[in-house]
Amino acid sequence: MSLSPLQLCLLFSSALFCVGLIGALSRSNSILVLLGIELMLNAANINFIAFWRFGPAPAAGTGVVFVLFSIAVAAAEAAVGLALVIAVYRHQKNIRLQEANRLKG
Amino acid sequence: MNLSVQYLWLIPALPLLAAGIGSLTPRSGKAIAAGATIGAMGLAFLLSCGALVTALQDPSAHLVANFTWFELGHSTVRLGWLLDPLTALMCVMVTFVGLLIFIFSTGYMHADANFTRFFCFLSLFAAAMLGILIANSLLLLFISWELVGLASYLLIGFWFHKPAAAAAAKKAFITTRIGDLGFLLGMLWLYDATGSLLFYDAGKGVLESSALTALVTQTTVGGLAVSTAIGLLLFCGAIGKSGQFPLHVWLPDAMEGPTPVSALIHAATMVAAGVFLIARIYPLMSADLAITAAPLHALSVVAAIGAITALLGAVIAVAQNDIKRILAFSTVSQLGYMMLALGVGSWVAAIFHLLTHAFFKALLFLAAGSVIHAAHHEQDIRRLGGLKGPLKITFATFAIGMMALAGVPFVFSGFWSKEAILHAAHGWNVSHLPFYAGLIAVVLTAFYMTRLVAEAFFGKARSHASEHAHESPAVMTVPLVLLAICAVLLGFLGTPYWPWLQHTLDPKFHSEPGGAGLMVTSIVLVALGIGSGWAVYGRRLREKANAADPIEAKVPGLFAALAARLGFDELYAATVGRLNTFLADAADVFDRYVWDGAVRLLAGLGQFTGTVTRETDENLVNGGFDATSEQLKATGKTYSRAQTGDTHGYLLMVALGFVLLVLAVMLGGAR
Repeated sequence: MSLSPLQLCLLFSSALFCVGLIGALSRSNSILVLLGIELMLNAANINFIAFWRFGPAPAAGTGVVFVLFSIAVAAAEAAVGLALVIAVYRHQKNIRLQEANRLKG
Repeated sequence: MNLSVQYLWLIPALPLLAAGIGSLTPRSGKAIAAGATIGAMGLAFLLSCGALVTALQDPSAHLVANFTWFELGHSTVRLGWLLDPLTALMCVMVTFVGLLIFIFSTGYMHADANFTRFFCFLSLFAAAMLGILIANSLLLLFISWELVGLASYLLIGFWFHKPAAAAAAKKAFITTRIGDLGFLLGMLWLYDATGSLLFYDAGKGVLESSALTALVTQTTVGGLAVSTAIGLLLFCGAIGKSGQFPLHVWLPDAMEGPTPVSALIHAATMVAAGVFLIARIYPLMSADLAITAAPLHALSVVAAIGAITALLGAVIAVAQNDIKRILAFSTVSQLGYMMLALGVGSWVAAIFHLLTHAFFKALLFLAAGSVIHAAHHEQDIRRLGGLKGPLKITFATFAIGMMALAGVPFVFSGFWSKEAILHAAHGWNVSHLPFYAGLIAVVLTAFYMTRLVAEAFFGKARSHASEHAHESPAVMTVPLVLLAICAVLLGFLGTPYWPWLQHTLDPKFHSEPGGAGLMVTSIVLVALGIGSGWAVYGRRLREKANAADPIEAKVPGLFAALAARLGFDELYAATVGRLNTFLADAADVFDRYVWDGAVRLLAGLGQFTGTVTRETDENLVNGGFDATSEQLKATGKTYSRAQTGDTHGYLLMVALGFVLLVLAVMLGGAR
């Protein structure tokens, strides 16, 4: 079975997505959960690039521009996420995700 | 053995691979991490030698291998490797010194719990530095430059549980970042003005004549040529990285890291990067010399900063008591020398001094590490003393390093490289002030190094730790001996009588006659420095650890000011630090009172309306709604149980929902 470059890219990004998902689901340290989410986001970015590069119109830079936006948004998201982690740390003196449940119903 | 330029990327890739291996090794795999790091560095050293052979076939050629990184619209971003004698010599130096430091570290860090992490970071540091050296694109250089900054942050703060180490790491990172802002701006401007960031690109690179002519002929604010402005912005980056005045404050604090890291930062990587950058972009920095009417030449600023730094570092080093801090300030001073040489137009002298300095400074730091290791982590020279008996090899090698740094004539490499710089400074036709600053720094360097040796190695042991010192194992002393041999031999590659190094770096180099008088002057000055140092510290050796320093006894005010490093840290804390705090406070006040006030006002209004409606509700329309609301409440309670507060549960739900969606799409068929 031979795989086209697009399929290889998609396989790679799926693997990356799964790694990120497992990380986000299994870690209790909220910074590591953020890292996992970041990985999933980058898997999506790779998909964007792959579909652009091997898609019908690779000349126009749509894929790259989309991904640049996504990276910029991810940077902002990381800043907000880390600020939240610090705020949570101030309240409960640790950043274990399970213990951040004061707002539960 | 040749290494062609297409395969030059292997040199940084090998240590990078070793860093990857190190990061995946569990803590118990000390041998794997150290073996991978040292093996990769050894291979990189061999490859660098191959690259040197290739580069020496035609020293005037700049071999390049460029490739496209990515395209965006109509513009392409290209990167590349560059091989010329400058790159090759620096690579050989970095890999060789780095290899010896890595071997030394296996002895120095053997008891540390995070041994594997340490070797992973060391490898990353070396890889980033090698990336700077082989880059043929300012962008690639900048990427590696930032990686160097990151690795230095990780290594300086390696013992991050010590608050001082964590603070020093942050200080190093943030201080160099200030300079990097200038670098980034200069790089963007350069790209805007020339449309390329490649150094050499068959006539289209930024360091080639067509681009330089264009840059020199345009002028910007204040009548500066564009090349001057860009050069000065890029020089900001070098000021930060190479610890030049006024951003030198991070370098002495970087001593909080483990000693091999100090050796690596001060000798092979990090601070060498700034000097290398200016030497690499030398055609750009010196382009404005063509217009004599220019209000300011970029290189004049470089020379002035270098002269100030050389003098400042040497003066402050006189009054420090920590063995590593004295060496740190001597690095600041020696880097000032290199910048001075670049500024006065002799970049070959700067690189010569960079190479010799790398060897003897690595030697001095590793020998200091051996002392610290032997004396149970005692670093205060007032509490050492009497170490020349028990630590024979360390003492001998440290003495060689000290004489090389002080510039003891003829045998030691530091003499020849410093001589080349003073010669160039003397021949500079703009001003003689840098030359005199250099001469004063020669005396001071000899003086404080004599003080260091006399205090730490002579006399009698002044603390429990130094009484029980014994020589370090062979894995630490053998690198010392090898470095000591290099610290002596390397100088003979660049003497005025056989300037092989100068000719290799710059085939157009021609040595000017008439250096004999200058040489005699500097020999006299070195003798003066060592003699006065010995007269003050050597004749009457320190008896007690808490006795006052002889200079402190004479001029206590001056000594205290120098010991406090002339208050630069306090000055920055009072200005930049306070400005930052003020801005943060202002934002806080704005947030607390202006925004919060508005929110409170709205809330008050809402509350008021709420009260009014409640009164109406309770008294007028309550009746039949109660029953409905009871039911609603019950439903709400049921649903609120889904709100478990378990974030992982939510995440899992999202993931399951996603899987279901995917399944639905797949089973529903592509339509």
